Amino acid sequence: MNKPSDLKGMVLDPVTNDQRYIGHSEPRHGARRLLEGQGTYIDDIQLPRMAHVVFWRSPVAHMKIGKIHTEHASKMPGVLAVVDGVQMAKICKPWVATLGHLAGMKSAPQHALAIDRACWQGEPVVAVVAETRAQAEDALQHIDVEWEELPAVVSMETALDAQTPVIHPDLGDNLCFTRSLDVGNVDEVFATADVVAEATFGFGRHTGVTLEPRCQIADYNPGDRRLTVYHSQQAPHMMQDLYCRQFGLSESDVHVICKDVGGSFGIKVHAYPDDFATVGLAMMLERPVKFVADRLESFTSDIHAREHRIKGRIAANKAGDILAFEIDDLTAIGPYSMFPRTSAIEGNQVVNLVGGPYKHQNYRAHLNVVFQNKTPTCQYRGVGHPIACAVTEGLVDLAAQKLQMDPLEFRKRNVIPDDAYPCSGISGIKLEVLSHEQCLRTIEKMMDYPSLRKEQSELRKKGIYRGIGFATLIELTNPSPAFYGVGGARIASQDGATVRMDPSGVVSVLIGVGEQGQGTEGIYTQIAADAVGVPIDQVRIVTGDTDVTPYGGGTWASRGAGVGGEAVLLAAQALQENILKLAGAILNRPVEELIARRGHILDKATGEQLLPFSEVGRVGYFRTDTLPPGFSADLMVTRHYTQKDYPFIFTNGVQASYVEVDPDTGFVKLLKHWAVEDCGRVINPMLVNEQVRGAIVQGIGGVLFEECLYDESGLLRNGSMADYLVPMANEMPDIEVAHVETPTQSSKLGAKGAGEAGTAGAPGAVQNAINDALAPFNTHVFDQPITCEKILRALKKI
Amino acid sequence: MTVKKKISMTVNGQLVSAEIEPRRHLVDFLREDLHLKGPHLGCEQGACGACTVKVDGQIIRGCLFLAVQADGSVVETVEGLTKSGALADLQESFMRHNAMQCGFCSSGMLLAAAELIEKQPKASREQVREWISGNYCRCTGYHSIVDAIVDVLDARAKGQKIKPVLANA
Repeated sequence: MNKPSDLKGMVLDPVTNDQRYIGHSEPRHGARRLLEGQGTYIDDIQLPRMAHVVFWRSPVAHMKIGKIHTEHASKMPGVLAVVDGVQMAKICKPWVATLGHLAGMKSAPQHALAIDRACWQGEPVVAVVAETRAQAEDALQHIDVEWEELPAVVSMETALDAQTPVIHPDLGDNLCFTRSLDVGNVDEVFATADVVAEATFGFGRHTGVTLEPRCQIADYNPGDRRLTVYHSQQAPHMMQDLYCRQFGLSESDVHVICKDVGGSFGIKVHAYPDDFATVGLAMMLERPVKFVADRLESFTSDIHAREHRIKGRIAANKAGDILAFEIDDLTAIGPYSMFPRTSAIEGNQVVNLVGGPYKHQNYRAHLNVVFQNKTPTCQYRGVGHPIACAVTEGLVDLAAQKLQMDPLEFRKRNVIPDDAYPCSGISGIKLEVLSHEQCLRTIEKMMDYPSLRKEQSELRKKGIYRGIGFATLIELTNPSPAFYGVGGARIASQDGATVRMDPSGVVSVLIGVGEQGQGTEGIYTQIAADAVGVPIDQVRIVTGDTDVTPYGGGTWASRGAGVGGEAVLLAAQALQENILKLAGAILNRPVEELIARRGHILDKATGEQLLPFSEVGRVGYFRTDTLPPGFSADLMVTRHYTQKDYPFIFTNGVQASYVEVDPDTGFVKLLKHWAVEDCGRVINPMLVNEQVRGAIVQGIGGVLFEECLYDESGLLRNGSMADYLVPMANEMPDIEVAHVETPTQSSKLGAKGAGEAGTAGAPGAVQNAINDALAPFNTHVFDQPITCEKILRALKKI
Repeated sequence: MTVKKKISMTVNGQLVSAEIEPRRHLVDFLREDLHLKGPHLGCEQGACGACTVKVDGQIIRGCLFLAVQADGSVVETVEGLTKSGALADLQESFMRHNAMQCGFCSSGMLLAAAELIEKQPKASREQVREWISGNYCRCTGYHSIVDAIVDVLDARAKGQKIKPVLANA
C-alpha cells in the first residue's frame, strides 16, 4: 500500500498516537456492497402505499399559462391527484434566492409549480400522482394546458439591451448581479507594458449528468404530523431547514434521510421546485410520494453551469514578469437564481480567482450575471474555478508565447513563491500556505518535460502535431461561514461528529457529512480507528440522517475531509480520553499511567495489556454501580469544528496535458494527463488519486465534449445521453497523480479539500495543449467545448 | 388496459413465473416485481449501461429489452453472479483499485468486464478501454476501472486469483 512517504512530498508527523490507517491507501470496505448490487438508492426503496409523481413541464422557454384541463387525466386508472401551482402555493411558500453579502443581487419569487408563467423549458407546471409510475405517465399525456408563447431571452449577449424583454418586470431589468474590482494601476500598466496579450474565452453550458437522476420519496405521517424525506442529496440538514421554512414546519417535524447517492457533483446540493412539489403532494395525500427524474427531465431541470463569455488580457514585461490581468465576464443563469445557494456565486468566484496563482499587483475585473429563459444554473463541481483557471492559464500561455519563453519557466518565474505565505492574492483572497514552486518542479520531473518537448518537435517534422499544456491552479476548500452564513443563507459551514463506543468495544461515528462516492465514510473510518485506537473493521459510520447525526453542512466546497474529518478526529480523540478515564476508574490507576492501543488499555510504562475495550464497555454500560460516586462513563462524545482562521483554506496544484491534434479532421487525441495536487495531509492517497482523476475527466468533458445546446427559441436540442456527450473510457487518457503535502495549520488534521481541483485544472491544461499543438498554424481556440469543428474553423479548413 | 401476458424465466437460478404487461421492460420487471435492485436505471434509452444484465449468457441493456422477450430465458443479475462467485475476482480487484465511487454504474460495469474477460482473455489496456465504452461512469474517470480489469486479465493469464481485500486489523 502507498504511504504518503512513498509518494512525492514531505512526510508528515502522525496526528494520532498509534497511527496505522491515516495516510494509507486503505480500501473502502463499506463500499463492497455497491459492487454486489446491494446499495440502497432512492429508487430501490418501496414504501407501503407509495405513490409516484410525474410533472407536466413547460414545453417552451417562456410561456403564459392559461387554463389547465385536468378532467381527463384525473379519471385515468390509478390517478390519485392532479395538482397545479395555485393549489401547491396554498401550502408551499415561494422563495427568492439572494445572498446578503453579494451586494445588489436580485431574483424573482419562484414557486414549486409555476403560476401564470413558466420561464424555462422544463419548469414544472402540473403534478400528476398515481399508484404506479406507468399510470402517472399514461395520465400525463392527457393533461391539457392552454398556453401562449412569450418572447424568450436566449442570448446572454443581448439580455441587457434596451429592446430585449425583461423576464421579471418587477426587477426592472435582466441583471441579477454585477461586481467590479480594480486594484493597482491597470490602465497605466497595460499602456506601458512590453507585452500585452488578449483573447475572448467562451464556456459552454454544461451539466453534471449524475448517473442516478435526482430523486426523492416524501412521506407525511398525519398521525404525528411528521415529514420524512428520503433524498438523493448532499446536504440533508439544509433540506430539512428549507422544508421547515417553505411549509411552516419545525426541525422536529422534518426528517431527511440520504442513503446511497448515485453521483452528486453539486447537482444534488440545491433545492429544486420539484423537491418542494413532491413534499407538498405527500402532505396533501398523506402518503409516500416518489419522484425520480427521467433523463430528459434531468437535462432540462438539473442545474446547468458555466455559460460564460470572458474577454481577458494580460500584461508582462520583457524580463518575463506578469504585471496585470484584466477580465470582463458575462454569464447567464436562467430565469431565477437557484435556491438557496444562489446563482451569482460562480461568476463571483471567477472574479476572485483569475490570476490567483501569480504575484502580479494589478487586476481589474467586471462581472455581469444576467437572466435568460434557459434552465437555471448554479454550483457544479469546481464552481468558477475551471473558468478562472482556463482564462488565466490561456492568457499566461499567450504572454509566454509572445515573450518566446517556455510556458513552464514562465510559470515558475511568476507564481507566488512557496516562502511568501500567508499572504493575500490580488483580488483580496487570503492564502494560508501554498506550494506552487514545489508542484511545478514535481510535474516537470513526473512528465519528463524536456524529452516530451523533444518528442514533440521531432514529430512536428513528420507532420504530427502534438501539444503540451499546463494549468496552475488554486482551489478554495474548507469554507468558513464567509461563504454562505454571513450572507444569510442557513447553510452550516460547521460540522459535528459523534463518536460512540458500544459495549463490545466497537465504535460508531455519526456525522453530518455524507457519502456520494468520494470515500468520505472510508476516511472517517480511518481517522476514527486511529484516534480511538481500534482496528478499522470495528468502526461503523452513520451519515445522512437528520434525526441521528449532529447538525452539519454536508458535502460541498471540498469540505468533507478538512471539516468533517477534523470533527471526527476531535470527537474520536475525546472518546479515547474518556475510555482511558473509565479504565483508570475500573483499574483504580491514574490515567497518566495508561494508554489505549488497538482495542486494549495498556500499562504505559511496560506495555502490558490491562483491559480490553470490551471490558471497559461492559463496566461503562452495565456495571456503573462499581464506579466511584459521581463518575460518569461518557462513552459517547460529540465535537464540532468550524474553520474560522481564513474565509477558505486554499489548495493548489498543477496539471499537464499531452495531446495530438489532427489538422485535417480537427480530432483531438488525449495522450496523457498529469496532476500534482497539494491538499494538505493526504488521509488516503488512493482515494485522493481517484478524486483527482474523476474530477479531471469531468473537466475534460467540459473542455472537449459537453454542452447543453439551445436553439434560437430557447429549446434544448440535446436532452439525451446519446446526444449530450460525456467522456467515455476509450477517449480518456491515463492520468498520473502525485501529491505534495502542505498541511493547513487551521486544524489538527491538516487536511484540505481534494474533490474539485481536478475539474478546475483540466479544461485549462487541455485547452493550452491543443493551442500548443496548433501553434505552427498560428491560431488558437479558446471557445469550450473545443470541438473538431471549432479547430477546423480556426485552421480555416471550413 | 392491455392484456397481461404470462411469462416464465430462470432468474439467478430460480424459476420465476409472472403475469405482466407486454410493455414492461426487463429491468423494471427485475427491479419492481422481483425486487432485484442491483441493475440500475440511468437513462432508460440504452445509452448508459447501468441496467446491464445477462440473458442466455450474453449481456444486454435491461431498459431496451422487454420482459416478455426474456420468456423462457436464463437471466442473471449482479446479485446472482455475486452469489455464484462468477464476479469475485473482478469485485476484489475493483475494491483494491477503488474502481467504484458512487457505485451506480458498478453492476453494469462488472457484467461488461466479465464478458470481456470471457471473450477476450488477452485484451490489451486499449481494448479494455474500448470494451467498457458502452458503460458510463461519471465518478472515476475510468483509469481505476481499467487498472482493475487489466489486473484480473493478468491474473487469469497466470492462472491466479485476485487476493481478497481484507481490513487491516
